[in-house]
Amino acid sequence: MLKDADRIFTNIYGWGDAGLTGARKRGDWSNTAKLIKLGHDEIVERIKASGLRGRGGAGFPTGLKWSFMPKEVKDRPHYLVVNADESEPGTCKDRDIIRHEPHKLLEGCVVAGFAMRAHAAYIYIRGEFVNEARRLQAAIDEAYDAGLLGKNAAKSGWDFDIYLHRGAGAYICGEETALLESLEGKKGQPRLKPPFPAGVGLYGCPTTVNNVESIAVAPTILRRGADWFAGLGKENNTGTKLFCISGHVNNPCNVEEEMGIPLRELLEKHAGGVRGGWDNLLAVIPGGSSTPLMPRDVCNDMTMDFDALRAAGTGLGTAGVIVMDRNTDIVKAIARLSYFYKHESCGQCTPCREGTGWMWRMMERLVRGEAESHEIDTLEQVTRQIEGHTICALGDAAAWPIQGLIKHFRPEIERRIAARHSADAVNAAE
Amino acid sequence: MPKLTVNDIEVVVEDGATVLHACEAANVEIPRFCYHDRLSIAGNCRMCLVDMERAPKPIASCAMPAGDGMVIRTDTDRVKKAREGVMEFLLINHPLDCPICDQGGECDLQDQAMGYGFDGSRFDENKRAVENKHMGPLISTTMTRCIHCTRCVRFATEVAGVPELGAIGRGESVEITTYLEKTLASELSANVIDLCPVGALTSKPYAFAARPWELNKTESIDVMDALGSNIRVDARGAQVMRVLPRLNEDINEEWISDKTRYAVDGLRRQRLDRPYLRGRDGRLAPASWDDAFKAIAAKMKKAKPATMAAIAGDQVDAEAMFALKTLFGKMGSGNIDCRQDGAKIGGARAGYLFNSTIAGIDDADALLIIGSNPRIEAAVLNARIRRNWLSTGLPVGVVGPKMDLTYDAAFLGDEPAVLADLASGKHKFAAKLKKAKRPMIIIGMGALARADGAAVLGQSRDIAETYGVVTKTWNGFNILHSAASRVAGLDMGFVPEKSGLDVEAMCKAAEAGKLDLVWLLGADEADLPRLKNAFIVYQGHHGDNGAHHADVVLPGAAYTEKDGIYLNTEGRVQYANRAAFPPGEAREDWAILRAFAGVMKINFGFDSLDELRELLFRAVPHFADRDMISPTKWVKFGSRAKVKPVKFTTAIDNFYMTCAISRASETMAECMRANGTDRAEAAE
Repeated sequence: MLKDADRIFTNIYGWGDAGLTGARKRGDWSNTAKLIKLGHDEIVERIKASGLRGRGGAGFPTGLKWSFMPKEVKDRPHYLVVNADESEPGTCKDRDIIRHEPHKLLEGCVVAGFAMRAHAAYIYIRGEFVNEARRLQAAIDEAYDAGLLGKNAAKSGWDFDIYLHRGAGAYICGEETALLESLEGKKGQPRLKPPFPAGVGLYGCPTTVNNVESIAVAPTILRRGADWFAGLGKENNTGTKLFCISGHVNNPCNVEEEMGIPLRELLEKHAGGVRGGWDNLLAVIPGGSSTPLMPRDVCNDMTMDFDALRAAGTGLGTAGVIVMDRNTDIVKAIARLSYFYKHESCGQCTPCREGTGWMWRMMERLVRGEAESHEIDTLEQVTRQIEGHTICALGDAAAWPIQGLIKHFRPEIERRIAARHSADAVNAAE
Repeated sequence: MPKLTVNDIEVVVEDGATVLHACEAANVEIPRFCYHDRLSIAGNCRMCLVDMERAPKPIASCAMPAGDGMVIRTDTDRVKKAREGVMEFLLINHPLDCPICDQGGECDLQDQAMGYGFDGSRFDENKRAVENKHMGPLISTTMTRCIHCTRCVRFATEVAGVPELGAIGRGESVEITTYLEKTLASELSANVIDLCPVGALTSKPYAFAARPWELNKTESIDVMDALGSNIRVDARGAQVMRVLPRLNEDINEEWISDKTRYAVDGLRRQRLDRPYLRGRDGRLAPASWDDAFKAIAAKMKKAKPATMAAIAGDQVDAEAMFALKTLFGKMGSGNIDCRQDGAKIGGARAGYLFNSTIAGIDDADALLIIGSNPRIEAAVLNARIRRNWLSTGLPVGVVGPKMDLTYDAAFLGDEPAVLADLASGKHKFAAKLKKAKRPMIIIGMGALARADGAAVLGQSRDIAETYGVVTKTWNGFNILHSAASRVAGLDMGFVPEKSGLDVEAMCKAAEAGKLDLVWLLGADEADLPRLKNAFIVYQGHHGDNGAHHADVVLPGAAYTEKDGIYLNTEGRVQYANRAAFPPGEAREDWAILRAFAGVMKINFGFDSLDELRELLFRAVPHFADRDMISPTKWVKFGSRAKVKPVKFTTAIDNFYMTCAISRASETMAECMRANGTDRAEAAE
């Protein structure tokens, strides 16, 4: 279990002052200018050395991502874009960072922005986060008034501005290139890659898009040293991570823990355990709605990190742990997710546009058993036809939950179909 | 020049090429819907997925830049599965209404479904239905068929320059729409019909008229403007059903204007299908060819050659003009003119050609437009200017009235004084011309078809000389004609001989009672009421202005009904082909003139079109150089006279009605109404 001394987000529950005074007490902004003195490349190197992997879901090494930015600013300025469009069902970590630790994010912007030679950061915040946007804007204003942003930000000699942009409530705008499109004022649809944002990003300029958590932890990593961060967690899955535990646990919560913590320990230590005890567990979605679910037998000795979950055929994603006990109608639960993806598909490319609606409709029938058992295979094939064939990862995200369901709960689906058929037969006989 | 392998075949492609190009170079077919050579890459249909070595998932070949050493495979199981999957997705919500779809037989989805589709459907849900959209009188929509490739959106935004098409909604609720249910305000709008890979956007005037396999397809040349756009005329029996663009990189690429495409329904109305004679009661009455010829011959035999004149219209073929010129030449009259609008051009070829060529627009780095609205006078050419502007930010200055050209242009004023300021370098746009390496000037008939046109031409030439518009390797001095027959007429010398009368002089002579006979060869645009004292012979295909004023009407053939040579505004020689026969007793124009020569006992020296062409080629050799532009010399032309302070206008104000055919076209009339009302509504 993570020691209190190793926590980065010491005010994640909002027990202290979220404002600048409180943040300063917790150490934020304490030596920003000194961190900047490390120089662009040294910061990137240290983040690399810390082993920090992106906290937005894909788990791409953050330092490596920063290093893709051109080493020289030419005719086009560099931009840092912070993805605060946290919309993944089951995920609510960025929201609490913005609410209670906004200055960690802002300081992170300055440090990360400096590292990638950007003078401006855009924070794209989810439209539904109305109060969060107000809080964040208040924090930005506070930071400007204190000279921590703007010309010679935090007396570091580096000019840095932060702009807050509110989205309009589309899940797809959390995809980095769709976010850039939306930020530019266009329809939020993902771009084709290549070119990648580091080459051609916001307004055609080199851009890095990072998750809120990835940016917010950067100053602390630099302050306490890459070794400290790398010493936590497991190899290649280092540091601490905010887990969002929801669903059928006694005490749903956000909690910062070491990477690689056993799932059972995570749930029992922090969330009060599964409702009705561990044996009442049906399945866990480990990383937000996009990741395939795990039945209890897989959960028993699963550790919560990128590689272990990946090996189990699922993923850490955003670490939004959704716990479902035996009361759950698992087919209906996944059907609801399918509806979500059908609703949120941008409609740009064929497999996702057409496939998400098809999958949802089949899922709805499977909930009621109104299908033939061969249609389970059809559904499985449809998920495979979407997966890997789309412009962005939303297609994959829509396919995976269903694949997980069919992989682990096929008998349940077949049972419903059989029950429906026999009920139909009885009705027909009457 | 990256080198890559596609299915074990090594290919080298141009820098900037995509994997799809590389596959094509290797002769490997890649199915696609959204990709189009002339539009930006959308990569949304996902039909072109191929396997790339070391890539974890298939890549969209249309969007992936070809890189050195790439190993591409299109024959793997994964690619096959991907294509079949995408095809299934496209079909699940596509209605199975091919039997009642106008796209049937020329539908990309139909064709590719044969290659990559299943024979049955696994889709047991209800299909999506989408409400149809109103896109004006030309485009019929069946939006349920739409596969969201966004070709139409990209065309409207990028090529046509009217961002009025777009997608709204999300996921499976995405709909392509004009947002406000209004007519697409573009002269190129109907090209989206060709672009649409399915039957979502089809041709409204042609709706349910014919199936593609019933049509006789004839490759020909358009005469609605002076570009000479390459077209394919599809006819069934004697009726021209539709006109489609034909690829010609140097002229129209693969676009045509709405007028080119849709004015052809005018070929069915108001046609002259038999000769007419004006009787004693002042009304035109049907007559036989013999009677018509005799009436003309009687007049001609009485009249002195100097009191006879001929005017050639804007859409006539070179052969007819040559025959008429021969007739008047043999009778000893030099009163011939092919410039109905009175444009002061002729003589030196460099002074009336689009010297840079149309493709040369791509190379220009500054543009001065004088008295022209290319958007209306040559819509396809305007799209090329727009493309240059989009990619290079081409500075454009316009001397003439303000107008929406679909690109940013500086309106320098419509006073001729601006020209003098430009020539002397006083005007601030002069700096842009000076800076340019390949500056271009486009002069329209709005600046030349005026009494002092020669002076305007001279002054424009001065500007050209001052700013290096003409160098050893570049000639950016361009005249933009609006009449398809004009360059051929000028090249063969269908202009008054010395002491001969031009159109204005003919009118004056007629008003003074000194003109006995005028032969109008398809000439409907001249100031005909002024000719009323003369005996008017109208030879043409439509009962339009010319026939209205005529004493004798000789029914001729329209451009789709004869083989003919046309020279476009660049001076490019192009051959049109007959797609249908002229109606009733109407005949090809050269043959009418040849027959009349027989009545007059004049020996033309030819009895067939081939013999005529032989004589024509002897007189003007470059007419034989098909699809070529014969080189011109930069010489002196234009006059040094003073330009009168009369404001410049443009040659055409109503795009949809410029000739006898388009005036007879119901579709063009509807377009006019639609655009008129829609624009008025927008203004409110």
